[in-house]
Amino acid sequence: MGKPIPLSGNYAVAYAVKAADVDVIAAYPITPQTAVVEKLSEFVANGELDAEFIHVESEHSALSAVVGASAAGARVFTATSAQGLLLMYEIMHIASTMRLPIVMTIATRAISAPINIWCDHSDFMASSDAGWIMLMGVNAQEAHDLTIAAYRIAEDPRALLPVAVGYDGFWVSHTVEPVHVVEREGALRYAPKRVARYVLDPERPVTMGSLGSPDWYFEFRVQLQDAVEKSREVISEALREFKQHFGREYREVDGLYTDDADVVLVLMGSAVGSAVPFAEEARRAGLKVGVVNVRLFRPFPEEEVLKHLEGAKVVAVVDRAINPGSSSVGPLYSDVAVTAFKRGLDVPILSYVTGLGGRAVMKSHFEAMVKHAYGFVGKRMRDVKTHYSFVGVRE
Amino acid sequence: MLTEVRWHGRGGMGVVTAAELLAYSSILKGYYALAFPEFGAERRGAPVTAYNRVSERPISDRSPVLEPDCVVILDPTMVKRETLRGLKRGGFVVANTARKPGELSELLGHEYRYATVDATRIALDTLKLPIVNTAMSAALVSATKIVDLEHLIEALRARFSARVAELNERAVRRAYESTEVA
Repeated sequence: MGKPIPLSGNYAVAYAVKAADVDVIAAYPITPQTAVVEKLSEFVANGELDAEFIHVESEHSALSAVVGASAAGARVFTATSAQGLLLMYEIMHIASTMRLPIVMTIATRAISAPINIWCDHSDFMASSDAGWIMLMGVNAQEAHDLTIAAYRIAEDPRALLPVAVGYDGFWVSHTVEPVHVVEREGALRYAPKRVARYVLDPERPVTMGSLGSPDWYFEFRVQLQDAVEKSREVISEALREFKQHFGREYREVDGLYTDDADVVLVLMGSAVGSAVPFAEEARRAGLKVGVVNVRLFRPFPEEEVLKHLEGAKVVAVVDRAINPGSSSVGPLYSDVAVTAFKRGLDVPILSYVTGLGGRAVMKSHFEAMVKHAYGFVGKRMRDVKTHYSFVGVRE
Repeated sequence: MLTEVRWHGRGGMGVVTAAELLAYSSILKGYYALAFPEFGAERRGAPVTAYNRVSERPISDRSPVLEPDCVVILDPTMVKRETLRGLKRGGFVVANTARKPGELSELLGHEYRYATVDATRIALDTLKLPIVNTAMSAALVSATKIVDLEHLIEALRARFSARVAELNERAVRRAYESTEVA
């Protein structure tokens, strides 16, 4: 590894996309993502990246444009946040069922109303049922590395699925930190451009995205489900080989101090960075706290998460989004709870929602969660009257 | 050792860039560093806060700094007690002011160390603009020696165009020399 250079999370992503040598970029600016595509347009303008940069009038068009380009066999990129992602939502499903290996990054941001440009996971979570592979990086280095890994995963003929890489708006997107940048040669050796699929070609015409009558639609959806399920192996292999190529190791799920933990915190995104030193401090004070970082959200890594929960007395799932009126309240909670239920893990699983709309997730918030969770040690899920609470909110 | 810095100023003074320059310089020195703003909707004249964490070891915590080792104040009108909230005892106040460090010690309390520089004067002389961020970065470096002056100048050259870097280098060298510490 050479020397790291100072980059914001957004610029780290732009450098990754440049290294992946994409052919087509289409994007519409939205905070906190904008700097990614600004930097990319600079790379294209000054000749550092030989790509078509398509300026569009909306995010709906941005994703539509890369759907078209990907269908024609191009390596493509787009990026967005919040309302922009919601505007893409319609096309996200089209991209996945058409099995197009699109890579998109999401600088996560709250969704309106009220209008708020700051971080939470409402946008990322709202798009998690669209058949995309979804990863979440905790810092600029991960945003960079996972974006490169995303191309290898997406274009693998066993996957052929779009991949979204999330990273926290502002907390990562606008934070400058040292990043080891992957160069083009290395990126292309690790993730060579693969077009092992049908593409739009006037010489060999095919039809894509046509009508799926009741006679066929169901099968397409089941194929999508099967493809996402089977992508686990591709993702695992891509992450393993990432380490061989670049020396940095990523797993679908990280567990820290989970072997003997009383309370295991399960979370995603940059708050992991605060949870880890909190857990170390808590342990010095005699509280056995573990931390689980869910890096892969779709397909949900059930086995890898379970491995870290099996010894826990209480599982505390931290969400940065609310799914209003759902039985889970926290969207990550939903996946963790179902996973635990399927395995018969009968310990209290609690949902803590925090850090919405840019509110910082502080050590004091983790203290409050763990103190509350310790009250459930020795109990079972049926003993829990209210499974969710909001941390760091006005009463 | 972890050093945490909090920057205070107003939109247009280059507060965020100042924090980024410190991170750049620290990374050039071989440290791990984070620079991040207190994210608001940017408006000229509105109070702006930014943070740094600098350490020899990787830093994972990116929540706002509550108990800084150092507070840097870019706007002379913000040199007051409330700006120092959470500052550790013995921590540094680095202020843009024409006053002497001893005066600030009388005004704001003897439990802190003080470094002062008339960064507005320096910026007006060298840049012909009241943009004090690079001079204040130099004052911080002069007072704390967290990085070397040469790291800061190298960071300027990496961050700005040649012309802007050159002007700022003048501001930085002058501020570095004229910072008074008590």
